[in-house]
Amino acid sequence: MSRISKNKYDNFKADRSKFPQMENGKAIIDLDSHKFTKLWQGPQHPGVTGNMAVELTISGDEIVQAKTHVGYLHRGFEKLLERRKYIQCFTIVCRICVPEPDTNEYCYSTAVEELAGIEIPEKAKWIRTLNMEMSRLASFLMWLGGQAGSLGMGAIGQWTVGMRDFWLDLFEEMTGGRIYHMYMIPGGVRKDLPEGFIMRAKHLVVETRKLLFDIEKSFFNNAIIKSRLKCLGIITPEMVDEYGIVGPNARASGKEYDVRMNNPYLKYPELDIKMITSMGGDAFTRAEVRYQEIHQTLDLISQILDKIPEKGEIQAKIPNVVNWKIPTGETYVKAESTRGEHGFYVVSDGTKYPRRVYNRGASYTQAISVLEKLAVNTSISDLAGLMVSLHTCPPEIER
Amino acid sequence: MEQILNRLKQKIEIKSVINKRADLYFITIKKEHIELVLSHLKQQENFTHLAFLQAVDYIEDDKFQLTYMLYNYDIKVNLGIKVFIDRDKSEMTSIHKLWPHAWQYQRELKELFGIDFPGSPRVDESFVLEGWEEIPPMRRDFDTLAYSVKTFYQRPGRTTNDPKRYMKEKLYKNFAKSPESGRNDE
Repeated sequence: MSRISKNKYDNFKADRSKFPQMENGKAIIDLDSHKFTKLWQGPQHPGVTGNMAVELTISGDEIVQAKTHVGYLHRGFEKLLERRKYIQCFTIVCRICVPEPDTNEYCYSTAVEELAGIEIPEKAKWIRTLNMEMSRLASFLMWLGGQAGSLGMGAIGQWTVGMRDFWLDLFEEMTGGRIYHMYMIPGGVRKDLPEGFIMRAKHLVVETRKLLFDIEKSFFNNAIIKSRLKCLGIITPEMVDEYGIVGPNARASGKEYDVRMNNPYLKYPELDIKMITSMGGDAFTRAEVRYQEIHQTLDLISQILDKIPEKGEIQAKIPNVVNWKIPTGETYVKAESTRGEHGFYVVSDGTKYPRRVYNRGASYTQAISVLEKLAVNTSISDLAGLMVSLHTCPPEIER
Repeated sequence: MEQILNRLKQKIEIKSVINKRADLYFITIKKEHIELVLSHLKQQENFTHLAFLQAVDYIEDDKFQLTYMLYNYDIKVNLGIKVFIDRDKSEMTSIHKLWPHAWQYQRELKELFGIDFPGSPRVDESFVLEGWEEIPPMRRDFDTLAYSVKTFYQRPGRTTNDPKRYMKEKLYKNFAKSPESGRNDE
C-alpha cells in the first residue's frame, strides 16, 4: 500500500450505529429489537443457483449473518451406488451434476479401471479429453450467462445458453444424449466420433470465439458490471487452504492449483496448456479468470481436434459386466471441473458391488463455509452475484 | 515421499503403507494419533489442502474406516490417512481447528453415519435430512426398502403386473407362441 492512501484512511471509521454491536468478530443479533429481519433467499428463487436456501439476517439491506440450508435436492446417490453393480452405477454417476456430467463419468470410470487394472486405448483417451473439455466449455457458458443474469443483464444469458445449445448438438452427435451422456464407460468410450464431426466442431469453435468477443465488449467492459463485481466477496490467499477452495476461485487468489497441470491425466501432458492465475481475489477477477479459461478451453479443443488419431481402438477388453468382480482396494481419482478439483473415492471389497463411492465436489465447501463467510456485510442484491461467482452447484453438496 | 513417511514413522507407528499411484498414497494409523499426524503433515510437511473426510462402513468387522485425504501442492501428492474406529461407540476427534471447513464433513458424518465429533461447530444440526428418526441412513444395516414401504404407500387403484406375462398377453397375443420361443409365424 502506498503511504498516501494509508494516511487518508487512517482515522476513517465507518458509521455503524445502525448495525449490530460486534463481539469477538461476531455480530450480536437480537431479533426482538426490531433492527433485524430474517429473510429466506431460496430454495425457489431466481437468485440462487439451484435448490438451496440461504437464511439471511439483514439490517437494512446489509446481510449480518448468512446460514445455508441444503437438502432440497438430496437423491441419495451414494446410497444407491452401494446396492448396484459397477456397470449399473455408471448410469447414475453422471446425474450427480447437471451442467457438467462428464467429469463424474470420467472419474468413476477411471477409478473402476484403476481398481480392475485396465488400460484404455490411445484413441479412447483422446476422445475422453475432448469430451471433458467440451463439457467444461458448456458449463462455463452456462456460468457466464448466470453471472450476467444475476446482476440483471439477461441478454448475455440468452446468448451463451443459445451457444451452449449448439455444443449440446455436438454432444448429441457424439454420444447420443444432450445433457446426460453416459459415454465414458469403464474400458473406454461407447462410440467413435461420427463422420464430419471434427469439421463441425472446428466451425463451432470459431463461432464461439465471435460470441466471446461480443461478451467481452458488453460484459467485461461494462461500468455497471465492474462496479457491482469489483471488491465483492474477496477471497484472500490465506483463506484458500483454510477453506479448501479450489479451481478458478483459488486461482483468482493466486493459488497455482489446476489438476490438469499439477497431476496430469488423459492426454493433457501432450497439449500446450498454461496455468491462468490472478491476484485480485474478488468476484470480477474470478470472472476474468473464468473468461480466460473459456478461451483456453477453446484452444485446447482445437488442439485436440488436430491431434486426435483417425483410426484406433476405442474400447479395451473388459470382462462380462454383469458378473464383474473388482479386486479389493481403494482409489481416489480427480479431474478439473469448471469449479475445481472434482474427485471420486471408490472402495471395493472384492464383490460385484462397490463398498463405497464418494463424490468430492468443489462446491461442497465453497457454497457453504465460504459463502457463509463472504456473504456477511454484502448487500442482499449482491448475494446472487456472489453465489454465481463462487460457481455454486448444489447437487455436489448433497449427493 | 519416502522421506516424509520415514519422518512420520519416527514419530508414530504406521500400520500399513499402500502406494496406489505415483501421486496417491494411503497410510493406516491408530485412532489416537490422528491429531498429531494431521498437524505434523499440515505444518511440517506442507500437506495443506484437505480434499475430503469420509467414512466407509465395514459392518462385518464392526468398524468404521475414516479417510482423511490431504494434498501437498509442492510435491503434488495425495495422501489418504485411514483410521479405524469402533462402530458401536463411534466417536472421533474433531479437526475443525486445523481446517475450518472440516466442520462440514463432520456434520455430514454425524448425520449420515452417526459418528460423533465432540466440540465440532454445528455438529448436531441436521444437514440434508430434517426430522430424521431412523438409524443413520448411510450405515449398511439401514434397510432402504423397508423404510420406503413403511413411510410411503402405494397409490390406490394401481395394480402391479408381472412384466413377462403382461407383455405376452397384451403385446404378443397375435403370435402363436410366446416371444421366448421365437417368432415362428414370420
